[in-house]
Amino acid sequence: MLILAFDTATPAVTVALHDGSGVVAHESAVDARRHGELLAPSIARILAKAGAEPGDLTAIAVGTGPGPYTGLRVGLVTARVLGSALSVPVDGVCTLDIIAAEARHAAAGREFIVATDARRREVYWASYSADAERLSEPQVSLPAAVPAGYPVAGEGPRLHAGLAAVGETIGPRYPSAAELAQIVADHVALGISPGPPEARYLRRPDAREPGRPKRVTP
Amino acid sequence: MTAPLVLGIESSCDETGVGLVRGHDLLADAIASSVDEHARFGGVVPEVASRAHLEAMVPAVRRALDVAGVGLGQVDAIAVTAGPGLAGALLVGVCAAKAYALALGKPLYGVNHLAAHIAVDQLEHGPLPAPAIALLVSGGHSSLLLVRRLTGDITPLGATIDDAAGEAYDKVARLLGLPFPGGPPIDAAARTGDAGSVKFPRSKYRDGTADFSFSGLKTAVARWVEAREAAGLAVPVADVAASFQEAVADVLTRKAVDACLAQGVDHLVISGGVAANSRLRALAAQRCEAAGIRLRVPRPGLCTDNGAMVAALGSDLVAAGAEPSGADFAADSGLPVTQVLAA
Ligand SMILES: [Zn+2]
Repeated sequence: MLILAFDTATPAVTVALHDGSGVVAHESAVDARRHGELLAPSIARILAKAGAEPGDLTAIAVGTGPGPYTGLRVGLVTARVLGSALSVPVDGVCTLDIIAAEARHAAAGREFIVATDARRREVYWASYSADAERLSEPQVSLPAAVPAGYPVAGEGPRLHAGLAAVGETIGPRYPSAAELAQIVADHVALGISPGPPEARYLRRPDAREPGRPKRVTP
Repeated sequence: MTAPLVLGIESSCDETGVGLVRGHDLLADAIASSVDEHARFGGVVPEVASRAHLEAMVPAVRRALDVAGVGLGQVDAIAVTAGPGLAGALLVGVCAAKAYALALGKPLYGVNHLAAHIAVDQLEHGPLPAPAIALLVSGGHSSLLLVRRLTGDITPLGATIDDAAGEAYDKVARLLGLPFPGGPPIDAAARTGDAGSVKFPRSKYRDGTADFSFSGLKTAVARWVEAREAAGLAVPVADVAASFQEAVADVLTRKAVDACLAQGVDHLVISGGVAANSRLRALAAQRCEAAGIRLRVPRPGLCTDNGAMVAALGSDLVAAGAEPSGADFAADSGLPVTQVLAA
């Protein structure tokens, strides 16, 4: 088994390789504006580091957001193309779940929240049980709408003071593809798929239907 | 020895295009368009286009391979539009191309969309003699170019100073109650209209530059229509469409022929979405004939954005021994036409 995992739904571009028994290579870089430039070279480096060829891969795993759309699509289109070109399955995992898988250690037995940056002063968020089971569908809202009193992981509390004030800020800030790879490896071992590589946009595109053309004569 | 098989990917606007080309032979040209999703907004909505590209990309590549009857493993090189275009839309195609190149271990070329519009003509009419003048007209661009070498020596002579020609078509269509995009319905309406019924202004007609302006024309049409409505008269849609179209075709073809004469170049290529317009094609043929210029216009399906044009330029770059772009080049929404290959 050789799973290539990556997530581009936050400012981080994170890539990992999992051989069925553990993560054999991973790397992350943070640069919100260069996902399209960083991802493919990072994948190539990770494969080289592990001495693997693209043809050795048995599955692709990708974070499905929610996250700013442009970056999110970099990961999704890359995953779908690799899956198609290499004839291997492509699994998608909610990006908040990837963060939660790591955050549960810091949450130390408490229920917690993962909140990431949704721009426009809003956050993407979901609440989790102490063992990182998601308790609700991911939402997008103002930080004030996030329930108070829980530890909060992700970039949300680091960017929105209001969110940091109502609960303890815990790690991690960004998702790690190593966690994503482990989630998918666990699913593969059970013979189930975590989900399809479908984008979680949560918002409709901004577009307004035009009214009548503006008059040019006074 | 057979020429390399090149896969071309285009996603700069609202068409997801995938072409397969060997040398100058077109093997497949698959298109998925999101145009219907934009129609009610009266223009292309970038986020809607980007989402559509993500969904359409892999199926379009599959379709192109099926049509050509080849396997992905037979592809020798991959070319993709690196710019200019809508940033988020370009990025989907660029990342797809990088992933295909990575999976197949094949060279990748990030190419200029405008140069690709010119290169596509060779799929129909064979190698382009150099030098040539190219007139590129679409919803996003209107420019006159001097092409000394398609793979790396293109000089802009002039461009629109305001609206692109295709944008003027879209806006006038809206004024006349015709659907988006405006090119095809105006062309159709104009067929039964009198092109001489309204004399709309020809901006920058004889100003000695190779620049265009279509904003004044659009306003003149609006003013004429409003005056008509204010007088309680019906708007003769066919006549206005024909007269507007005549003004656009007149300016474009005059400037293109003038550029050929000024540069001493006897080949003119017209491409881009507006090059599918019947009046532009007819008037260009007539004026080039009169001026002794050889006119080359691809069939309408190759004038609009497509993947074959990207594959065609990629094929030329491979043949010219160009250095591939590598995996870390950026999509560039403002890529200048002087840069044929993204570094
Ligand atoms: Zn174009």
